[in-house]
Amino acid sequence: MKPNIPPFEPGKKRLTTSAMIASIAAEGQATKPAPFGHALVEVAKSRPDIVGMTADLSKYTDLHIFAKAYPDRFYQMGMAEQILFGAASGLAAEGFTPFCTTYAVFATRRAYDFIHQTIAEEDRNVKIVCALPGLTSGYGPSHQAAEDLALMRAMPNMTIVDPCDALEIEQATAAIAAYHGPTYMRLLRGNVPLVLDEYGYQFKLGKAQVIREGKDILVISSGLLTMRALEAAKELEKDRIGVAVLHCPTIKPLDVETIRAEAKKSGRLVVVAENHTEVGGLGEAVARDFLLNGIHPVKFRHIALPDEFLLAGALPTLHDRYGISTKAIVATLKSWL
Amino acid sequence: MVDRPNKTLADRAYHIRRNAVRMGEVQGQGYIAQALDIADVLAVAWFHAMTYRPEDPDWEGRDRFLLSNGHYAIALYAAFIEAGIISEEELETYGSDDSRLPMSGMAQYTPGMEMSGGSLGVGLAIAVGKCLGLKRKGSKNFVYTLFSDGELDEGSVWEAMMSAAHYKLDNLIAIVDVNNMQADGPSKEVANFEPLVEKMQAFGWFTQRINGNDLEAVRQAFDTAKAHPGAQPRIIIADTLMGKGVPFLEQRDKSHFIRVDAHEWALALEALDAGRPA
Repeated sequence: MKPNIPPFEPGKKRLTTSAMIASIAAEGQATKPAPFGHALVEVAKSRPDIVGMTADLSKYTDLHIFAKAYPDRFYQMGMAEQILFGAASGLAAEGFTPFCTTYAVFATRRAYDFIHQTIAEEDRNVKIVCALPGLTSGYGPSHQAAEDLALMRAMPNMTIVDPCDALEIEQATAAIAAYHGPTYMRLLRGNVPLVLDEYGYQFKLGKAQVIREGKDILVISSGLLTMRALEAAKELEKDRIGVAVLHCPTIKPLDVETIRAEAKKSGRLVVVAENHTEVGGLGEAVARDFLLNGIHPVKFRHIALPDEFLLAGALPTLHDRYGISTKAIVATLKSWL
Repeated sequence: MVDRPNKTLADRAYHIRRNAVRMGEVQGQGYIAQALDIADVLAVAWFHAMTYRPEDPDWEGRDRFLLSNGHYAIALYAAFIEAGIISEEELETYGSDDSRLPMSGMAQYTPGMEMSGGSLGVGLAIAVGKCLGLKRKGSKNFVYTLFSDGELDEGSVWEAMMSAAHYKLDNLIAIVDVNNMQADGPSKEVANFEPLVEKMQAFGWFTQRINGNDLEAVRQAFDTAKAHPGAQPRIIIADTLMGKGVPFLEQRDKSHFIRVDAHEWALALEALDAGRPA
C-alpha cells in the first residue's frame, strides 16, 4: 500500500524527523540521562556474571556506559543480530548473564528464530534490551517496532517488560537481572522522561499497579502510554473527569488478577492504551482474558497503532496522527464518554 | 567407555554405526546415511580428542560438543551410547513419543546434548558465545561444533566465522561434514560453497581438509587442530561418503533422507558386522 503523502507545497513550515539518538522527552519535561546504562553499571558491581553485548548499537542503547565502566565485560558483536543472540545463548550456557542490546526491530524481526531457538527454547538467562519500541522513531517501518510485543508474546518462556520512564527503567533493570530466565525489555534511551517519582512508584516484576485512581475511566496501559495516560488524566481532571491509570509494565506473564479486579469495579469506561499495533499486544491479551472470565465492562475501547505500515516523519506529528500523543488521547477519551 | 577402555577407534566407529542403524530400524527411516558418514569423525572426537565424564555430562571440566545439524542426533546418540552417557537399552525409544532421544537434537531432552539444533546455521553462533564464556572462566577446554555443508548456505554461519576470527577463538574447533547432499540435492549444485579451504583461510581460520572416513587422517586432523599454536579458530573440512560402511547404502542413489526398505536394516547390520575391524 502506497503511503498517503499530500501534494508538495513550496515554503510550507514542516517539523523534521529527529535524529535516532534524540530524546523522546517533551520540552521542559524532567529527565534522567541513560537510566539503563547507569543502572546496569550499578547492578553489575555485585554481579560479575553480567556481561554486555551489542550489535553495533551500544551508543544508541546506552550500553556504552556499561562498556566504559567494564571494558573487559563488553562484547561488540558487529552488525550481526543472529550472532549477538546465538553467542549470548552460549555465554549464558556457561553461567554468564548477557544483557544484549539493539533496536527492537532487529531483535524481534531479524533475529526472531535465534531468540526462539537458542534463548527461549534452550531456557538461557539472556536479557534482550531494545531501543525504539513501538512508534518511537520517525524513520518509517525499518525502525518502527510496532509489532514487537506481538512477536515476543508469541514466544513461550519469554518474560516481557515495557517500562514507562527513567525511574522504572532503573528499577526494572535491577529486577530482570535478579530474575533467572529469558527476558525482553523495551527501552527508552538518552534523556528519558522522569514521571513515576511523583507517584512513589516501585516496579515489581509480574505486577500491575494502580498509579492513580479515577471514577470515570480506567486506562490499562504500559510503557510510554502510561506516561501519556497520566498526562491525559491530569488534563481531564480539569474537566472533572476522573481517570484511573493501571500500569502493566510486565506484559508477560500478565497480572490478570489485578487487571480483572480493577475492571470489575463498576461503571467505568475501560480503555487499553499501548504503544503498539492493535494486533497481538496488551489490548488483545486483556480482551481475551475478560471474555474468558466473564468480565464485561460497560464499554471497552483500545488505543493502539493501526495495522498498517506507519509513516516516516517527525515523532510528535506521528504521535498526533496515530492517536498516542497526550492531546490525541484526551480528545479520544472524551469522545468515548 | 568405562567398560571398554582398550577398544580401537575403528571399533568405536563400528559400534557407533551399529547403534545408529539399530535406531534407524526403530523409526524405519531416518538420517542413517549421514550417521554412517560421520561415525569416524565422532569416534575420534569422543574417543580420542575430547575430555569428559560419561557419568557427569555437565562436568565443568568437559570439552563441549555442539551439534548444529540437529538431524544428526541419531549419530550423536549412537556415540553417547558407546561412551556410556546413555544406556544402550534406551536406543529403542529413538524418535518415539516420550523419548529423551528426539529425531532432532535438543538441549533439554538429552544428557550431553549442549544445544538445540535443527534450525540450521545456529550452532556456530552458540559456539562463539561458549568459547568467549570459557575464556572468561580461564578454562582450557575446547568447543567442538559439528555442522553440515548445507548449513554453509546460511548467512549466520559466515557471520559467526567472522566473529570467531575477530575474537581469535583458538578454543573453537569446527567440523563441517561435506557429504555434498542437502534437502534439494547435491550441496554444490544447490548453492556452491567452494572453494571452501580458500574461503576459510581468507576468513582467518586454521584450515584442514581431509577424507572424513579415513580414521587416521581424522585423528591427525584433530591432534593438529588442538596443537596449532595460532590465535585463531580451527576448522576441519571432512569430505565424507554417505552410507559409509554399508556397501549397498554407499552405492544407493543419494538423498537427504535415504530410502531403506524394512528388510534392509538387518542386512545393514550384517554388512557392518562383516566389515568389523579385527
